[in-house]
Amino acid sequence: MAEKILMKGNEAIAHAAIRCGCDGYFGYPITPQSEVMETLMEEKPWETTGMVVLQAESETSSINMLYGGACCAKKVMTSSSSPGISLMCEGISYLAGAELPCLVVNVVRGGPGLGTIQPGQGDYFQAVKGGGHGDYKTIVLAPSSAQEMYDFVDLSFELAFKYRTPAMILADGIVGQMMETVELRPIKPRISNEEIIAKYPWATTGKPQNRKQNVITSLAMDAAVHEKLNQNLQEKYKIMERDEVRFETVNCEDAEHLIIAYGCMARICESTVEQARKEGIKVGLLRPITLFPFPTNEIKRLVPQLKTIMSVELSAGQMVEDIRLAVNGKVPVNFFGRLGGIVPSPEEVLDAFKQSISK
Amino acid sequence: MDIKDIIKPENRVYGKTPLLTDNVMHYCPGCSHGTVHKLIAEVIDEMGIQEQTIGVSPVGCSVFAYNYLDIDWQQAAHGRAPALATATKRLHPEKYVFTYQGDGDLASIGTAEIMHACNRGENIVVIFINNAIYGMTGGQMAPTTLIGMKTATTPYGRDPKLHGNPLKITELIAQLDGTCFVTRQSVHNPGNVRKAKKAIRKAFENSMMDKGTSFVEIVGTCNSGWKLSPVQSNEWMVENMFPKYPLGDIKDI
Repeated sequence: MAEKILMKGNEAIAHAAIRCGCDGYFGYPITPQSEVMETLMEEKPWETTGMVVLQAESETSSINMLYGGACCAKKVMTSSSSPGISLMCEGISYLAGAELPCLVVNVVRGGPGLGTIQPGQGDYFQAVKGGGHGDYKTIVLAPSSAQEMYDFVDLSFELAFKYRTPAMILADGIVGQMMETVELRPIKPRISNEEIIAKYPWATTGKPQNRKQNVITSLAMDAAVHEKLNQNLQEKYKIMERDEVRFETVNCEDAEHLIIAYGCMARICESTVEQARKEGIKVGLLRPITLFPFPTNEIKRLVPQLKTIMSVELSAGQMVEDIRLAVNGKVPVNFFGRLGGIVPSPEEVLDAFKQSISK
Repeated sequence: MDIKDIIKPENRVYGKTPLLTDNVMHYCPGCSHGTVHKLIAEVIDEMGIQEQTIGVSPVGCSVFAYNYLDIDWQQAAHGRAPALATATKRLHPEKYVFTYQGDGDLASIGTAEIMHACNRGENIVVIFINNAIYGMTGGQMAPTTLIGMKTATTPYGRDPKLHGNPLKITELIAQLDGTCFVTRQSVHNPGNVRKAKKAIRKAFENSMMDKGTSFVEIVGTCNSGWKLSPVQSNEWMVENMFPKYPLGDIKDI
């Protein structure tokens, strides 16, 4: 039987990294996710798998360490929280531009500015619209349990290498801090340097006589070349939109109303839906697991049967914009959110929902 | 004796290293970058470590260093080369990893990265070109610009009250416990070229001895930025740069 351990979501990230063959973690402490690096340092994976763990001098440095490691096609990752991710956005843009795989974990807190250390979902725009400069996207996975925190580490690396793109786990302070049982998956060994050379011929592994030099850069001074690079990126994002959309639905078959929520809010909204159903309201829940690519088509598919949609977020209303784009005015799209780190109860969401459908 | 009798391998006293590509350099005539590139290429060639070497290029004039040195390269964001090199060396301890950075990249925007990489004692080589000006962006003030020196952003000369003081970053780096070899060289005449090459070779050798970071500053010329001819630039450098940035080893352990 698979081993199950009670742990925090943040700790799950660390254990998953070691067990899925991650080569390097580079990070800088910030609440509410410092347990990730603390757990890694405690576990000393450099003595077992050979994984490098380094506390960098800043988030800026951390993300650029990822750039260096990713140039060598190593499985590299960092974790941080909102203000730290803002600092990393320059580097994420470079990683996307140079088509490098890596994993960035954002355990979101409240913003803007130093904000609060309480949970938030106000980094949705930053995560799914790019965040840094230029036309790029990152694959964004939104876990809603400690188990998903664990599972999405390996999944993120798989997707990041499949598409040569940065992947992000967009968690929140609740998912990071809450303790749940986590089933440990079978151990994946780290990939050897020889396997990397065979599998990733683009990597900077040292130029032998018999191949051309490998240069990793996001720079192209020729306008035509640069446009082509950008078009290639956009093509890649289209393929992701076609092949990599992940979501979960609850009670959607006969739903007349739909609540859409991700991360910790999806867990809360599940209880809301349950209560509403007891009161005879036909409501379902859609939980986007990938925020980019967004489950646009699934929302479109559900629209004909729906009277209303409500987006529930720990923000002033960000994902709701993508929902409105998908719905294109065909049904009313309402919004309920709390800010400042306040997490609404299922009853509070239910009240807001009932008000929204009686309008 | 015919010229064909003279051009024979056994008579050859000097050859261009194949590590230096045939690409025409974009550097201005008289610029020090070309000479330093050649020295690094020769050192890598002579040590036979092409396959074991990974370079990290900066943002600035030498962003295109990868066009001229036939090795694997990572092109870093402005100032962040030491962070890339840190991860690369830690993930590949068997490789020779070096950064090539100018004064804006290393001593201004990348100050945190260089200080901490050196302080951690990463087993990397840092080649630091100090020509006291931003070349690529068109001759603006650098952290190492001398007092009184005219640049595009100090058109009346650098005034410490307005623009701050020149930063002797190499002396700061030498104070850090993580560095094993910190030296300042130049490439303005054959004697100094030879010394600079020796320093670069030593730095590369150090990086496999687990001794810490080796840091080689090259005081160089930017005749376009300085608005002087190549010959005048060399003279100006000797007269003005060397008193502030004296040549020689600062630390060697």
